[in-house]
Amino acid sequence: MIENRPFLNILTHLVMILGIVMIAFPIWITFVAASHDPIRMTQVPLPLLPGDQFFTNMKNTLFGRGLSGTEIAPVWLMMLNSLVMALSIAIGKIVISLLSAFAIVYFRFPFRMGFFWLIFITLMLPVEVRILPTFQVVADLGLLNSYTGLSLPLIASATATFMFRQVFLTIPDEMLESARIDGAGPMRFFWDILIPLSRTNIAALFVILFIYGWNQYLWPLLITTDTSMTTIVMSIKQMLESAEQSPEWNIIMMTALLAMLPPILVVVFMQKLFVKGLTETDK
Amino acid sequence: MAELILKDLHKSYGSTEVLHGVSGDIADGEFVVIVGPSGCGKSTLLRMIAGLEGITSGEVRIGGRVVNDLEPAERDIAMVFQNYALYPHMSVRQNMAYGLKIRGLPKAEIERRVNEAADILEIRQYLDRKPRQLSGGQRQRVAMGRAIVREPEVFLFDEPLSNLDAKLRVQMRLEIRKLQERLGVTSVYVTHDQVEAMTLGDRLMVLNAGHVEQFGTPLELYERPASVFVAGFIGSPAMNFLPAEGIEGGLLRLESGATLPGARGAGPVTLGMRPEHLIADSEGPIRIRVSVLEQLGSNTLVHGTLEGTEREMVASLPGIHQIPEGEVLGFLIRSDELHQFDAATGKRL
Repeated sequence: MIENRPFLNILTHLVMILGIVMIAFPIWITFVAASHDPIRMTQVPLPLLPGDQFFTNMKNTLFGRGLSGTEIAPVWLMMLNSLVMALSIAIGKIVISLLSAFAIVYFRFPFRMGFFWLIFITLMLPVEVRILPTFQVVADLGLLNSYTGLSLPLIASATATFMFRQVFLTIPDEMLESARIDGAGPMRFFWDILIPLSRTNIAALFVILFIYGWNQYLWPLLITTDTSMTTIVMSIKQMLESAEQSPEWNIIMMTALLAMLPPILVVVFMQKLFVKGLTETDK
Repeated sequence: MAELILKDLHKSYGSTEVLHGVSGDIADGEFVVIVGPSGCGKSTLLRMIAGLEGITSGEVRIGGRVVNDLEPAERDIAMVFQNYALYPHMSVRQNMAYGLKIRGLPKAEIERRVNEAADILEIRQYLDRKPRQLSGGQRQRVAMGRAIVREPEVFLFDEPLSNLDAKLRVQMRLEIRKLQERLGVTSVYVTHDQVEAMTLGDRLMVLNAGHVEQFGTPLELYERPASVFVAGFIGSPAMNFLPAEGIEGGLLRLESGATLPGARGAGPVTLGMRPEHLIADSEGPIRIRVSVLEQLGSNTLVHGTLEGTEREMVASLPGIHQIPEGEVLGFLIRSDELHQFDAATGKRL
């Protein structure tokens, strides 16, 4: 629908600009804070324009002489930890839910619907609810302070399984039949036909799951005690508490900026596929 | 090249039986069309031959080999689906080559077969396109190409033309026929369109509610339909059916009281008269009160009712006629073109 009313145009733009400012302003403040030296950040009023210490701060933050008087790991290592965790969770979730959705949609086995509902019920059991028993299991398996411990308990995903099930259900039966006549076995069909056909959905899900993994806070906090295994998201909080003197805002804000970066990159680079995956219905 | 033998095929879903013993021998290189109304089990039968549906009981033989328990890929068949079922993410070339690739044929051989099939179907210039960039007719060709490259013993077609527009359908129909004659591969073709069935098939298998009503050449079906069902299904416009009674002297008495010669039995019968076999004759015993005319140019369809009754009838007159509504016309029919069926069972007398 196209309406041509200048007043409405101005109003909608105003509302939109206001919304953008509300979201962007804190990020701007973060950026400004990350570009000053520590002394300037303790003086009132706080600066609203960027300073000239941005790259010094970035160097200090990334390579670890930043926050004085603490035993915190350098931020590059924390970013690496976060990256490994987020990637393992995202890829692991996608692989497992693709396989389980494949089994549920294309195979007739006893208690098929039972299994489907079992998976579905786990939607009601996010990490926070089952955190104690899960911690116990991970601890007993000796997986504390390991990448496996960080990612494995978060890998099973009812949402993704359900989503892939819906995707597979939209693929016409003839596709399977025609593959059978062509002589493709189940795994061949899965690999040659199903995966390429759900490519955009996989990409969309990857974006969502990567951000989900990257933003994990509670679980890494619980199972990592070794500073070399901390993730960047949990470290921001620790930085606030750990310093005995006043918090070094320039370093903390730089860390926050760096923590924001990978999810943004993923979204930017996968935007096209992401939108396609959520909207495309043509199979 | 192989013959295809169906022996007493049954299919049930739970307690519902959809095929009640279908048998038929299809000779090597023959083109058989399975035709029937929707829900008669024709697609199920084809899918049983393909191996996509299990066989409840009975036997399917391809080239002397019982294939009941073989996977579709092992049956040496190729199938063309109604919605083409092309892999949307593969190019035309990849679509055609996929089955061969799985069978592990050498690259050069695959290339040769794909190019050959593409030449036959004149789709060479589309080989590197994706299916969604093709029109319906072109997709249909690709689907056939995918079947041809496999060099199968049997082609199976599941209503392949029903997604095309009328003009293209007629054109593709001819092409399928020519292609089949050229390749000489045994083919089974499912359709609900009787014109398609008549023009394509060497022989037609008419299915009704899971039974074979008749299995014969198009002209046999037209000239000697085995039952009321076949008689009504084959031919356009459809045959007229009138109840009548065999009376003394070998006469048939219509509801209107008129009599026709040539009764094959006594008692109630159903008479079948094709509209094109009714010959206008002012003295004719079959008198029709005209209600509507359909001008087709080459002939005129006269719709009306048998005089004195409410029986709808159609007659086809060659050429163009102008007949006022309500006028009564007389018609004759040759006794060898008058079909007689048992009124109770519907079987031919």
